[in-house]
Amino acid sequence: MAAPRHISVSEASRPVLPRHAKLKYDETRKVWVILAPERVLAPDEIAVEVLQLCDGARNVGNVADLLAEKYAAPREAILTDVVAMLQDLADKGFLTEAREKTP
Amino acid sequence: MSDVLSDRSVPPTASDSLAVLEKQRSTAETFGIPLAVLLEITHRCPLQCPYCSNPVELDRAGRELTTDEWKKVLSELAEIGVLQIHFSGGEPTARKDLVELVKHASDVGLYTNLITSAVLLTRDKLSDLADAGLCHVQISFQGTEDGLADRVAGYKGAHHKKIEVAKWTRELDLPLTVNAVMHRQNLHQLPDIIQMSLDLDADRLEVANVQYYGWALKNRAALMPTVAQLDECTRLVEEARETLKGRLTIDYVVPDYYALRPKKCMGGWGRQFFNISPAGKVLPCHAAESITGLEFESVRSNHSIAWIWQNSEAFNRYRGTGWMKEPCKSCEFREIDFGGCRCQAFALTGDAANTDPACALSPMHETIFKQAEREAEGETNRFLYRNFAGGTLESENGA
Repeated sequence: MAAPRHISVSEASRPVLPRHAKLKYDETRKVWVILAPERVLAPDEIAVEVLQLCDGARNVGNVADLLAEKYAAPREAILTDVVAMLQDLADKGFLTEAREKTP
Repeated sequence: MSDVLSDRSVPPTASDSLAVLEKQRSTAETFGIPLAVLLEITHRCPLQCPYCSNPVELDRAGRELTTDEWKKVLSELAEIGVLQIHFSGGEPTARKDLVELVKHASDVGLYTNLITSAVLLTRDKLSDLADAGLCHVQISFQGTEDGLADRVAGYKGAHHKKIEVAKWTRELDLPLTVNAVMHRQNLHQLPDIIQMSLDLDADRLEVANVQYYGWALKNRAALMPTVAQLDECTRLVEEARETLKGRLTIDYVVPDYYALRPKKCMGGWGRQFFNISPAGKVLPCHAAESITGLEFESVRSNHSIAWIWQNSEAFNRYRGTGWMKEPCKSCEFREIDFGGCRCQAFALTGDAANTDPACALSPMHETIFKQAEREAEGETNRFLYRNFAGGTLESENGA
């Protein structure tokens, strides 16, 4: 069955790009892009880094932990930004939730 | 399928970390390679829609590029920086090698979209396409019930099959766009089309009013909506966009006969779009071959696609503003709309360098507008169906 479309991003979510949204480095224009139906998005550096960390295994909290450590920045501020960016992507229909693993 | 590549991107907000990549800003000298290219891999199609966007002179099967030629085209497009491919037609699934072509496109890193009538698809074939890396499916609908939809398509059972394929599309977790081509004889079904799109769990709906070139121009008297119909259509689209925000994206194309300003057709000739015809011609728009006297280069020539885009006579003929005559030449909107559509200017005035009569500043605008109104009020509902034989007139009692 089709994956649910509209997700609400929280610290516990494990978001991934759906199959119809592809993150790719555009060699010609030297920018990262997200390819989607009839659209090409240009994510900024942080968005690219976040999306590369969203592998379906990590949750949003784990991603914030990693970035807080890497940039020696307050975790709460980073978490807020990451959730906002991912929610924006979800609202545009270009983010899905990784399937629940059975414990 | 009309104007699929018009810029429908969501405008980026001030603090947008996910800005929409703008199509390359073009100056007079350099034209960036388009982000997306439309490949019309065949003109063969089981449907006979009277508004078909293919040229009246269709390419026969024997002239189509071979599998290897299309693969070479796909590799070349990926190499020069094209990111997305729309496989279209005719009916692209009429080509037996479609799965192979989609696979090759995916292998060279292209994002693939299938623009289909759906009637030739089986569930297995669609599943094979998904496995080959297909990213998105767009299905055209002619209405919301068998009677009218099948009559417009000139194909019995078409509508039923389309619904079935749309369901398979979502079952296979592929995103779905419903493309609804609207005209006088089906505009009353617009509320049902919106509902149908929701029921089918589509992501996007394209409400595309017929654009009157080629086949559609021949059928204008049977298709032209009334001004009242069009106003109602616009009202419904605006209302649905508001209430369905976040659930269904609706793209909307109006018929330009009733507009005051012409459309910036294809984003301007040779500025951000090209397509490739079944026989391999590289074209500034899918109707461009209707302009007689222009020579279009082929991928079968010894020129690269990038060379054809940058340097060929046909692409440069109507680029920029240097070719313009009055009233375009001194018009303050000349770089806003580039004088509208060259194909429409040619079809209605005999000269592609004239102002598109859709523009209120064209000396022909009033005549065209009145004619459209007259035809819209007329009782001529018979279609001339699209086919390789130059068209077949619908029988008196339909079909």
